[in-house]
Amino acid sequence: MNTSTVELPDWLEIVVIPLLNIILALFCAGLIILAIGENPIEAVGIMLKGAFGYDEAVGYTLYYTTNFIFTGLAVAIAFHANLFNIGGEGQAYFAGLGIALVVLTLDQYLPALLLIPLAIAAAALFGSLWAFIPAWLQAYRGSHIVITTIMFNFIAASLMVYLLVNVLIQPGSMSPETREFATTAWLPFMHEFLALFGVTVTRTPLNLSFFLALLCCLITWIYIWKTRWGYALRTAGQSEAAAVYAGIKPKRIIITAMCLSGALAGLVAVNELMGVHHRLLLNFTAGYGFTGIAVSLMGRNHPVGIILASLLFGILYQGGAELAFELPKITREMVVAIQGLIILFSGALALMLRPWVVRVYLLMRPSAINAAAS
Amino acid sequence: MKLLGTLALLLTAATAHAADVQPAVVFDMGGKFDKSFNQGVYDGVERFKTETGIAYREFEVTNETQREQALRRMAQRGANPVLGVGFAQAPAMEKVAAEFPDTKFTIIDAVVDLPNVQSVVFKEHEGSFLVGVLAAMASTSGKVGFVGGMDIPLIRRFACGYEQGAKHVNGDAEVIQNMTGTTPAAWNDPGRGSELSIGQFDRGVDVIYAAAGGTGVGVYQAAKDSGKLAIGVDSNQNYIHPGTMLTSMLKRVDVAAYNAFKQAMDDSWQPGVQVLGLAEDGVGWALDEHNESLISADMKSAVEGVAKQIIAGDIAVHDYTSDNNCTY
Repeated sequence: MNTSTVELPDWLEIVVIPLLNIILALFCAGLIILAIGENPIEAVGIMLKGAFGYDEAVGYTLYYTTNFIFTGLAVAIAFHANLFNIGGEGQAYFAGLGIALVVLTLDQYLPALLLIPLAIAAAALFGSLWAFIPAWLQAYRGSHIVITTIMFNFIAASLMVYLLVNVLIQPGSMSPETREFATTAWLPFMHEFLALFGVTVTRTPLNLSFFLALLCCLITWIYIWKTRWGYALRTAGQSEAAAVYAGIKPKRIIITAMCLSGALAGLVAVNELMGVHHRLLLNFTAGYGFTGIAVSLMGRNHPVGIILASLLFGILYQGGAELAFELPKITREMVVAIQGLIILFSGALALMLRPWVVRVYLLMRPSAINAAAS
Repeated sequence: MKLLGTLALLLTAATAHAADVQPAVVFDMGGKFDKSFNQGVYDGVERFKTETGIAYREFEVTNETQREQALRRMAQRGANPVLGVGFAQAPAMEKVAAEFPDTKFTIIDAVVDLPNVQSVVFKEHEGSFLVGVLAAMASTSGKVGFVGGMDIPLIRRFACGYEQGAKHVNGDAEVIQNMTGTTPAAWNDPGRGSELSIGQFDRGVDVIYAAAGGTGVGVYQAAKDSGKLAIGVDSNQNYIHPGTMLTSMLKRVDVAAYNAFKQAMDDSWQPGVQVLGLAEDGVGWALDEHNESLISADMKSAVEGVAKQIIAGDIAVHDYTSDNNCTY
């Protein structure tokens, strides 16, 4: 029997299978922790407490989550057009240049209310510009988007190193960084924002770009499922021939999808540069662009799934750091291995458990077999 | 202001007891086993642990935001003193140290101007001057080489001191310099280090000084393969290739790390800037059984004489970072 054609109820597909995958991953991670002589139950406890146990932990978890939502959405929107954008890293990096150019030029003249939207727009514009070139090459020259976006990551990295070391570096500074942005370009931190309403929380890097991320989820959902542009995008992604027959221009879809994808990835720079570091520095993207691929896969390319998957990765990043902090035997390399296992089981092996779940489901609900047969 | 500083100092001194020292160290992105700078700190804190039996907390940062987070978490946990490794941690320490005025912070390779921070910096140019003297005396071609890691002012300070040392002995000496790269990857690129060295050997260089972290390994290997001489950096690296390692410029980060913990334990920890040069034994040159055959009696007496003159102030070694320029 072909189990892949059986339709499962949503709660099995969205809740049970991902949960089983995570449990399996944690079990394997537990074996590793056991092998180095630590208690896996204690480790999971530390990880969860480190991610949720107190308000500072929650702040850090949500700060990482913000980045993953942006990159996850970026991968998802391209994925719906059947494009695999691996260049989120480079697009976010290049978007940082957009922010720096706008802010460093204008932060002495403009008030925050003008400067912040302008800088966010610059991030989105530069991000989509960096995605536009591979998109154009794919649409009009047939260069494969996976290859070109990967290569554009390297080009962005080299370009930024050159600019930061030779052009934008703050004179007299030891590390290649620009000068600090004026405070008018700083996105308010969450602890500052909540203080306005009399709520006191600990200082963390979490800032208002978290709301921007949630807003992007809503806009992406509306765009993909509730507009005719989104319809065209999904049609072109599922069948190019059908799209052409329906009068949709696939080349144009490739360009729009990639530009939107690049713009979303570029917003990582808003969180990192305008929200946290307040200057342009090397490697601020720290692999978020690549993790976005796993986030999107795990979230089934749906904004709600992406929020949940981003939260999981936020927990892994923040809880993982706490783990390395609390248990000396668990090094940072070990934390990466545990994160890797969870990505492997939830992303790459996402469908591994499905046939078994289907069998169990059919055993419980024999009536579904007829539906599957027809 | 001064009164406040003194007050804070008195308070910190009063609250610290030898018994409740809970040292912590935050390593930087290189990681504690980078065979270079971070590992020097690791050696120092390990020595403290074996000698006193006091365990320390540690953390290795993996991204930019974790520096501040790690320092703050250490302080929150009651760690005291907290040791930060490398100039990149300076902005983070500036924020965190201000939030925890009762915690002692020590930073290596950067200056943070707060009443509860001890900043330890080194006069790398003085140590480099000494190995420059040795390089010029060992060279038969009159051409000596320098391979730097990442092109930052700190490394140019090494290069500038070395150049002055070489020219001090031989006014006609030619110093050929190359930097490995402009990103942190330049600290760990032995292949490129070896390539640059061979390029310099082809131009007539016969002694190369590497101030390039893990990249140096490639430089030393190239020197061995071509039968030329190389000079190590930071730790004593003479043992790597006995016979072709002329000497090593010592930068005692291990001593700085050890002292920070030990002084906190003995209540002798002081905030402020500590500049460790030749006079303080913070920098120097290495002579051991691996390179004694390469250092003639003349060279030994010459370099010891120069060291005395530098300590006495008769020779002023120009510091590149004082004016971002190597004119002396």
